[in-house]
Amino acid sequence: MPQDREGLGEVLRTIEGKLARIVPPVLLIGSLIAVWWIVVANSESPIFPTPAQVATGAWALAEDGTLWQHIEASLFRVEIGFGLAFLVAVPLGLWMGWVSAAFNTLNPLFQMLRPISPIAWIPVAILWFGVGDFSPIFLIFISSVFPMMVQTTVGVRTIDRRYLRAAANFGVSRWVLFTRVVIPAVLPEIIVGMRIGLGVAWLVVVAAEMIALNTGLGYLIMDSRNAGNRYDLVIASMILIGVIGLLLDGATRLLEQLDMVKWRYVR
Amino acid sequence: MSDSQIVVDRVSKGFGALAVVDHVSFEVADGEFVAIVGPSGCGKSTLLNIIAGFEKPDRGEVRIDGARVTGPGRNAIMISQHGSVFPWLTVQDNVMFGLVGESESERRARAHRYIDMVGLAGFEKAYPHELSGGMLKRVEIARALVVRPEILFMDEPFSALDALMSLKMQTELRRILEEERHTVLLITHDVEEAIFLADRILVLSARPTRVQTTFQVDLPHPRKLSNPKAQALREAILRELGL
Repeated sequence: MPQDREGLGEVLRTIEGKLARIVPPVLLIGSLIAVWWIVVANSESPIFPTPAQVATGAWALAEDGTLWQHIEASLFRVEIGFGLAFLVAVPLGLWMGWVSAAFNTLNPLFQMLRPISPIAWIPVAILWFGVGDFSPIFLIFISSVFPMMVQTTVGVRTIDRRYLRAAANFGVSRWVLFTRVVIPAVLPEIIVGMRIGLGVAWLVVVAAEMIALNTGLGYLIMDSRNAGNRYDLVIASMILIGVIGLLLDGATRLLEQLDMVKWRYVR
Repeated sequence: MSDSQIVVDRVSKGFGALAVVDHVSFEVADGEFVAIVGPSGCGKSTLLNIIAGFEKPDRGEVRIDGARVTGPGRNAIMISQHGSVFPWLTVQDNVMFGLVGESESERRARAHRYIDMVGLAGFEKAYPHELSGGMLKRVEIARALVVRPEILFMDEPFSALDALMSLKMQTELRRILEEERHTVLLITHDVEEAIFLADRILVLSARPTRVQTTFQVDLPHPRKLSNPKAQALREAILRELGL
């Protein structure tokens, strides 16, 4: 077979592959919106909005700027809560993974705290931190710290022994052992932990804002319902929450492209 | 004190009730290349891990340059079957991993010389997952040699490679050993590899393993396995292994 035809086939296959990943989900979401539209239009529901009404409602909020304030408020809480959780979870996870005594001492406590739903912490959070920004930040912290910590610990405990032996063989310092072997080896696990943690954080911030605050996307949902059944804004907020969640996960996944961790994702 | 660099002195080791290594004693002279062959699962790797200091013997001891081995050290580097090239470091950073002291530029220059020696010039910035199995072995050899160890321990170093690449790496290893003097202790199940490379071949028994026989390989390098003496030696070793 001639070379250029093979080249062309290659290009076509790549385009085909990309289309295969984009077209089906777009079609699926598009047809769901169509079904939604048809059902609502036919039922003549006085409350449930059509996609067009949702878009118009969201547009109005975007124009007067309040939408951005709500988004910003939610993102800010996630940033702080998730950031604090990361700063606590990774060092603790590394320590627990490396030192058996630390693991044996701390793990039972953490495994007991872990299954408590963040929703169950809401009353306690309100009692301790009031209804300001601290409550949701605390809830985000408590819900995203454990997945990241567990993932980091598992990462350290499953480092392939041959790498640790190689490091021992060369007699490197503890500093080199940690910065050149242990942390890079665990980095892919830490990124997985970050993806889980950030997903949970975003879930929780909305739940927390529904109960205790006057800004944020969670608040926007409750407020829209309470202030005259504005279900167009309720749905708009829900869609926004979904889209932002997707973008946050996509941003974390970019970390998987780092040269230092690519080894883990190529087969 | 003998002039042997490595002295294995009545080493025994078991796992639970299972005796794996049984009173093994032998010595390796400075600069000598000794190959150890034995049936699979006989405890060859355990023995080498004890000699390298990664595992403790139940009884007996290993001495290197007269000092009892209590743990691994940079004077004796292990190269094993599955390799331990760090996948998160580039070729250059892998080779520089064990280097300490000196200035950054001196370390780079030294690393470069060894990368060149193993034929990987031009791949300094590549990551291991971009390399073939044979190239990974070269990285590992360069990383070991760059710290100038007196001893190399090799645990079936080329057995994960295909037959052709394995032959090529054996030739390369011989070439490198002509340039630099090292004491080598090689574990292999490949009798021809042992004959091609080693000065002396120890045949181990089945588990619990003992040194069954020793063969001297008095053939000049580069060796041809088609040589009748090499063939006779191969027959004799295989007979010892029960084949």
